[in-house]
Amino acid sequence: MLQIRIHGRGGQGVVTAAEMLSIAAFEQGRHAQAFPSFGSERTGAPVIAYCRIDDAEIRLREPILAPDVLIVQDPTLLHQVDVFQGLHADGYVLINSRRSFHDLGLAEIEKRHRHERLVTVPATEIALKHVGRPLPNAVLLGGFAALSGLITLTAVDHAIRTKFSGKIAENNVAAAAEAYAYIQRELEELSHA
Amino acid sequence: MLEQMEGSRAVAKAVALCRPEVICAYPISPQTHIVEGLGEMVKGGDLVDCEFINVESEFAAMSVAIGSSATGARTYTATASQGLLFMAEAVYNASGLGLPIVMTIANRAIGAPINIWNDHSDSMSQRDCGWIQLFAESNQEAADLHIQAFKLAEELSMPVMVCMDGFILTHAYERIDIPAQAEVDAFLPPYEPRQVLDPAEPVSIGAMVGPEAFMEVRYLAHAKQLTALDVIPRISEEFAERFGRASGGLVRGYLTADAETIVVALGSVIGTLKDTIDDMRAEGIRIGVLGIQSFRPFPLAAVRRALQDATNVVVLEKSFSVGLGGVVSNDVRVALSGLQLHGYTVVAGLGGRAITKASLQRTLREAIAGTLQPLTFMDLDWRIVNRQLAREAQMRRSGPIAESLLRDVGPIAAKVI
Repeated sequence: MLQIRIHGRGGQGVVTAAEMLSIAAFEQGRHAQAFPSFGSERTGAPVIAYCRIDDAEIRLREPILAPDVLIVQDPTLLHQVDVFQGLHADGYVLINSRRSFHDLGLAEIEKRHRHERLVTVPATEIALKHVGRPLPNAVLLGGFAALSGLITLTAVDHAIRTKFSGKIAENNVAAAAEAYAYIQRELEELSHA
Repeated sequence: MLEQMEGSRAVAKAVALCRPEVICAYPISPQTHIVEGLGEMVKGGDLVDCEFINVESEFAAMSVAIGSSATGARTYTATASQGLLFMAEAVYNASGLGLPIVMTIANRAIGAPINIWNDHSDSMSQRDCGWIQLFAESNQEAADLHIQAFKLAEELSMPVMVCMDGFILTHAYERIDIPAQAEVDAFLPPYEPRQVLDPAEPVSIGAMVGPEAFMEVRYLAHAKQLTALDVIPRISEEFAERFGRASGGLVRGYLTADAETIVVALGSVIGTLKDTIDDMRAEGIRIGVLGIQSFRPFPLAAVRRALQDATNVVVLEKSFSVGLGGVVSNDVRVALSGLQLHGYTVVAGLGGRAITKASLQRTLREAIAGTLQPLTFMDLDWRIVNRQLAREAQMRRSGPIAESLLRDVGPIAAKVI
């Protein structure tokens, strides 16, 4: 079972991100379960959403305590919330930032985890460029597809078009594609470094 | 058709497939998405011949439901928590009058302290109200139970609550098989009321009954609920035949046949328990779980049959009766009367406290070892409890409890759970 935890702030579409991820996994014929951390969601307050993906029915209903994947939609959370709690040693981490892990003050995390699985992407900037609003959720899903290969960009596009329609959907699809390409380039550079 | 969707959406779709004629509801978390979905379907023309009535309160919602059901309209509403308490007087009237209303309870704690998260206190507060109470383990079962609930309610002329865990189910996205309209139409015939308010044939419903017949009216309600013990499994079997999956029924065992220890539970925690039990079985521990799908009527004989060969019975419940202990465990105890076995009540998950596999394993191991307290509050934070007790012992004006405990806990934003 693959367990993904998404951290963000109220208003950034954290819950929608987990839901879209589950739709993408379903599109690929897998079982998926997405659910929010059930807080009183207020704009700007820390929000957590979860997604489990498996090949069999998912019965477990506990919050994700030991994630295989972490997606951080807002880097200002890094020093407010223990986002790395329970992360597997070979887990994936995707952070919405233009800065590197080192510049974000996460050198310790780099030491403990596989560096080719730790990436950052300026998702808010990409969202602003394509969507016109600082909503990084769909962008990061495109990035996650590139980082892990665990879901395809096509499935992410399908999930975006399921949740949104018209121009908003197409702009998010374009933003996800840019994040996908950005992270592919980043991973290539890492592999040559 | 299989679709990935939110539990609330699935329930709204299932209810719509039952062709309700009146939906009246007042929004309250975590039920809101269900009635919002139905409102959209009515407004968008996807649900025809149905009137969606916005009301000013939950009390009005149930009062309107009583009125519409009495005129022979298939009627649906949904609520949770304080909303259910606010409509309580009308809830009793609906069952007393024998009106087959179907209502979703998106289970949520009751205040004070105010809490929007999941437990079963709301449904349990209405345990004795005369409604049938069914509990869903998954969103698939929640959707399926609504289709069964209309059939059950109308056959018996008795209202049915479908209880599903708030947030844990209502707000979870998972794959759900939504049946086709023709399949539901073949399963659920049009509503044929036993009693109807009709200006062409005037009758009165709701007479005052004195000591001469009140007990008899109450007895008949009990006798009718007991017949549901036969009707519920029959409807569940017919559903399985037509739709190809098992949903509902009275109780459902998982690895109980040879189990020395059996956990009894209601609702979505059964899923987490199954995973926990698989892990423990892998170590050779003979343990199973008995899910109760029908809490009212309470299936005494089925529960006894399932548990009588066990050595340890642990009732894990998201509810409790202040001053006594378990609510569900009390009923289980009645089912087991005369049997010699070790019984434990574990209260867990109140007000949305996460129920984890790790905590369940630890608790169940203690039960097997015989070291578990007869009444245990799983994962209770004794640190803040004892600090408050010390404060109260120290001074008279110790202040409001909830506020003091929140100060002791400190900022929670930094924690994942």
